[in-house]
Amino acid sequence: MTAPLDKTAGDAPSPTDRAPEAIKAIPVRHYGRYVSAVIVLALLGLIVNAFAVADLTWGSVGDFFFDDQIMEGVKNTLVVSVLSMLMGLVLGIVLAVMRMSKNPVTSSVAWGYIWFFRGTPVYVQLLLWFNLALIFPVLNLGPIYKDEMTDVMTPFVAALLGLGLNEAAYMAEICRAGIQSVDEGQTEASQALGMTNGQNMRRIVLPQAMRVIVPPTGNEFINLLKTSALCSVVQYEEVLRKAQNIGNTSSAVVEMLFVATLWFLVITTIFSIGQFYLERHYARGSSRQLPATPWQRARQLVFTFSRGTGSGAGR
Amino acid sequence: MNAMVKAEAVHKSFGPLEVLKGINLEVAPQEVFCIVGPSGSGKSTFLRCINHLEKINAGRLYVDGTLVGYREHGNKLYELRDREVAAQRRDIGMVFQRFNLFPHMTAVENVMEAPVLVKGVSKAKARERARAMLDRVGLGDKTDSYPSQLSGGQQQRVAIARALAMEPKLMLFDEPTSALDPELVGEVLDVMRDLAEDGMTMIVVTHEMGFAREVGDSLVFMDDGVVVESGHPRDVLTNPQHERTKSFLSKVL
Repeated sequence: MTAPLDKTAGDAPSPTDRAPEAIKAIPVRHYGRYVSAVIVLALLGLIVNAFAVADLTWGSVGDFFFDDQIMEGVKNTLVVSVLSMLMGLVLGIVLAVMRMSKNPVTSSVAWGYIWFFRGTPVYVQLLLWFNLALIFPVLNLGPIYKDEMTDVMTPFVAALLGLGLNEAAYMAEICRAGIQSVDEGQTEASQALGMTNGQNMRRIVLPQAMRVIVPPTGNEFINLLKTSALCSVVQYEEVLRKAQNIGNTSSAVVEMLFVATLWFLVITTIFSIGQFYLERHYARGSSRQLPATPWQRARQLVFTFSRGTGSGAGR
Repeated sequence: MNAMVKAEAVHKSFGPLEVLKGINLEVAPQEVFCIVGPSGSGKSTFLRCINHLEKINAGRLYVDGTLVGYREHGNKLYELRDREVAAQRRDIGMVFQRFNLFPHMTAVENVMEAPVLVKGVSKAKARERARAMLDRVGLGDKTDSYPSQLSGGQQQRVAIARALAMEPKLMLFDEPTSALDPELVGEVLDVMRDLAEDGMTMIVVTHEMGFAREVGDSLVFMDDGVVVESGHPRDVLTNPQHERTKSFLSKVL
């Protein structure tokens, strides 16, 4: 045991020395992990079994999944979510810029807007928009436009305004946080190069702010998709309302709720994948190595297994 | 000969704190002008006033005969619009202590951004010139690297190339080697030395006394918002006249 020690102490190891044999140790056994895995699987099995024996006609979930009414509802959900997100994004950027403005009037107005729309439930806001005709029977924009409020405030318009204006308040705070996260030295550098404030914002600050803005915006959008289910209170025919309509007439109430649930999962999954690629795009330059796409990871995994050395992660 | 930079009684305060208490100096064209002094003496602030990153409170500051940041009509001063200030800054390059490269752009994109955006140079031409500029600072093989993939010395050389790409008539260096590992200081100073030999007018705030003595044409020692002593770097650094200069130099040399 002491002989090799003495040797290394005697003469300094030179890089030409043969590398020592790789360590082949017997790994520690984690018995706790086996136990907990068994418990979790058992509980999962109980839940699956409960649904299997429940009084459900699984067939009708499949039958109605691509039903015309349901598809119409899915389309409406997507339309109102995407449009109100766009509305929230545009208005949110405007509010963020107003909030950071040196003009006290614009910044206070932006503050007040955010205070009101973040401080009240979106459910109440939807109802307020929908019932606007009760206090303003006629929409009168002077010489430009004049019409009965009930004709203007359709369920779609009420849903769009309720979700979009509410979303703008959240997006404003997200955009402001993003813009303020960019180091001041960046603005100084672009000013020193002779860029105007607009050029600095567009080319230097916003692209870097996007890295901070995109992830919470993706979460906001997924939240918004789910919140759009509330629009049924203003008679907007989104996927949940359509599903409930069918459920009430065919007495497959829970089955139809499952249809709506699955559709929400499908949509949010698709958008989560989109978000991953968007975040990857804006990570350029900030992380030395971009995160692998699922496709790249799958290929890596296959490659590792096919080598079959069993030496753990592929290097 | 007209001075490239002329400061007349320049004052600058941040709130109640007076940082510059009347700076008078002249920088001749093609001169390498070094500013040294303890931290908090106002040397970086003065540098930032020259391209109007900071507004001065009193006095006059001229670059190439033009008032910085204002227009004088009769006896009144008019603030310049943001766009006009930006136009003034085009001709003044600046290199920062912390490099301030644009992290979302590659080295060559960093260098070509301002010529394309500010001067309207075509992208192909700007790219070609940016490559030449990076070659000049010894980074011809790093054009497509992002700043995070470069060492501090390499980042600072890209920053110098970025400033040079605007073809400035004056270059400001704000402690360009202070954030660097000691072994990387030399490569940045070499680039600055080449630049001085090419006849660029340079104002350098620095703690590198060796560089100041070797390359500088004039040197001022600043302390507590005033110029304490000025002259040729060799004279000031080897034979300081004021007590404050002596005590500062005894600490840094």
